[in-house]
Amino acid sequence: MPTPAALDATFQALADPTRRAILARLAQGEASVMELAEPFAMSQPAISKHLKVLEHAGLISRSRDAQRRPCKLEAAPLAEATGWLIEYRKFWEKQFGQLDDLLDELKRLEAMAGKN
Amino acid sequence: MTFGGPLTITLPADNQIVITRQFDAPRHLVFACYTQPALIRRWLNGAEGWIMTVCEFDARVGGKYRYEWKAPSGYVMGMGGVVTAIEPVSHVASAELFDDDWTGGETVSTLDFDEESGRTTLVNTITYSSKEARDGALATPMAEGMEFGYKKLDQVLAEQQR
Repeated sequence: MPTPAALDATFQALADPTRRAILARLAQGEASVMELAEPFAMSQPAISKHLKVLEHAGLISRSRDAQRRPCKLEAAPLAEATGWLIEYRKFWEKQFGQLDDLLDELKRLEAMAGKN
Repeated sequence: MTFGGPLTITLPADNQIVITRQFDAPRHLVFACYTQPALIRRWLNGAEGWIMTVCEFDARVGGKYRYEWKAPSGYVMGMGGVVTAIEPVSHVASAELFDDDWTGGETVSTLDFDEESGRTTLVNTITYSSKEARDGALATPMAEGMEFGYKKLDQVLAEQQR
């Protein structure tokens, strides 16, 4: 489980619609600051400020070596804080619930057939 | 009526997801539900509102499998793979690939079925080609409720530009 401080940083980073849109863009693949600035009516320095907040929250990382320093989504804190993992889990809960029902049926069939 | 045990999902390595679940049934039945298409399609039918439209599974080494699901929106998600190891009723290993190749390479999935006192513990270990692929899987389009899904991207960006 993430620490309360880590959650605070995550939720603070997520509180801004521009930063959420940046994350949505990065969910499709890494991008440079220039590419990220494009859809917004914002300067690159303004976007960079948002990126710093996201980076501090551990939601994105930036390549150190490449010239364009592309930004990359770090999904694990998001998964923990915002429910990706909850959704993933819900999905499997539903599937396995159905599997439970099917297994009950198969056990009854086997019992009727005189096995076990 | 359900008797299943708690579901645990862990991320033990940065490219892995491990799903563990108990079933109140002997493992030959759980194994059958994972390897016989007629049984697979009875339970692995996707997220709420989705339907499974293709379900094939050839349960032998080198055998292929293929699943497709259709969303209420008409979006079709498909995946397939090859069985690389199979040990009735305890183990299945496969190499799989989603149609939308966001995983950036092959994913290795192993299923281990362990039985004790008539109950089965299933451990599904999914190893992706990279951390990015694993993170992508957590944000799978099947998770309809997620905030940052690929499907919602256009909408979010459109709101920004308004």
